[in-house]
Amino acid sequence: MKKYKVKKTFHEINEKIKEGRAVVVTAEEMIDVVEKSGDVEAARKIDVVTTGTFSPMCSSGAFLNIGHTSPRIRASRVWLNDVPAYGGIAAVDCYIGATEVVEGDPLNSVYPGEFHYGGGHVIEDLVSGNVIKLRAEGYGTDCYPARKFEKNITINDLRNAILFNPRNAYQNYNCAVNLSDTTIYTYMGMLRPRMANANYSTSGQLSPLFNDPYYRTIGVGTRIFLGGAQGFVAWPGTQHNPNAYRGANGVPKEGAGTLAVVGNLKEMTPEWLAGASILGYGVSLYVGIGIPIPILNEEMARFTAVKDENIYTQVYDYSMDYPKGLSKPLAEVSYKDLRSGTIVIDGKKVITAPLSSYYKARQIANILKEWIEGGKFILGEPQQTLPSVEI
Amino acid sequence: MYSKKIVIRYTPDIVQQPIICQLVKQYDLVFNILKARIFPRREGVIVLELNGLKENFDNGINFLKKMGLQVEPLSKSVSQNIDKCVHCGACTAFCPTGALSFEKQTQKVLFDPEKCNGCEICVSACPVRAMEINLL
Repeated sequence: MKKYKVKKTFHEINEKIKEGRAVVVTAEEMIDVVEKSGDVEAARKIDVVTTGTFSPMCSSGAFLNIGHTSPRIRASRVWLNDVPAYGGIAAVDCYIGATEVVEGDPLNSVYPGEFHYGGGHVIEDLVSGNVIKLRAEGYGTDCYPARKFEKNITINDLRNAILFNPRNAYQNYNCAVNLSDTTIYTYMGMLRPRMANANYSTSGQLSPLFNDPYYRTIGVGTRIFLGGAQGFVAWPGTQHNPNAYRGANGVPKEGAGTLAVVGNLKEMTPEWLAGASILGYGVSLYVGIGIPIPILNEEMARFTAVKDENIYTQVYDYSMDYPKGLSKPLAEVSYKDLRSGTIVIDGKKVITAPLSSYYKARQIANILKEWIEGGKFILGEPQQTLPSVEI
Repeated sequence: MYSKKIVIRYTPDIVQQPIICQLVKQYDLVFNILKARIFPRREGVIVLELNGLKENFDNGINFLKKMGLQVEPLSKSVSQNIDKCVHCGACTAFCPTGALSFEKQTQKVLFDPEKCNGCEICVSACPVRAMEINLL
């Protein structure tokens, strides 16, 4: 066990939150605090650092229970506004995935496809309270005789609606460029030929897992901001990889940790869950996530003071190397450079653009800060932390 | 000198007539065609940047209107839907005129319609379809 000069527990911090005495700052504000007073003093002063991210996050979706009909149906096939949902769960349970495209969409047969509507938009329509056409088909059983069901519903008509995203809040992500001679359309957005632009997608110093690089305080049961409501970390996300290549500060320089998150969709709002149409690629869902990080010791103070210039990612060519599955980065760049609007690769100035909204990420960190200061949000102590590595 | 970007809409009956050249001949205006299209039913749309004396500009616009064309500033045809925009900034790398940019302090995406040339690339680049352009 390491010896720390400052030692706090979740319980102690939660007591302070309940008494309205907890000192909370955002991950941006924490940079200055640690710079001015050092990590030990900062750890004494600050109890919680809030983070935020708002980005298109594939691997998102919602479990919906449509309630039993009369006569009953075993809804094997389900559509919401003509977007197929997976019905092979139970009689009236289904899962609407964010990247499912509306039936009859021309997809990329008219290239690049526009992908106007899909699962992500259904989720946005649900949380907006909009009317949705629900359609279900069953094969008929003795206990579930109905074969067809159709009804216009809103989220209020659903018995349950649970957002469950198997992989969100990626700890770092590639920066994408295109070395070919034609424009390409990727999940990282439009990439113009000969490296005319570079797209990236994290909120850098505000992003949750950059502020707790070894997942010391985040795990199963961590209470989070999710889509405007309070949700939880349910499990390490799919593709969670703690063994990624890390810098001296412990921050991964490529895609690493991920989170599976869960929350009550009925409490969420369209401000923090928005459908995305990505030209030539498909549909997805913008998800807003914020995670509070308890400053249990000076090491956590140091981790949460990480800034853009010390966070790096890899630049990949999405015209050749990436689709072929060859992982050969072209360059390594910092988030400070990415967020400046231009980076330099092989002597060439390249314009950068984010897919992730820093504006919204900052709003989330501030909302979470208000919630905690106001005693409305209590930290959830993980029952089990995420798989990690030793320093 | 006065400079403004305008959208001119033609009806099928006058789409064949030489009209824009009169802006040069009669009104001493310099034009730069940013976009020109004729649609299947022969109605047309032209996006122009016009430069000249303010008086000549006003007279030129009146002439166009008298010829039966619909004229309005380009800024009226392009807008950023504030309710939809999530301020990600995906559009900013594509906008060729700098009409879409980040506000440094707040990190909000701002749209300056006066700088826009109506190229529409932002419409394709925006994942939430917040940029609305109506050039028809």
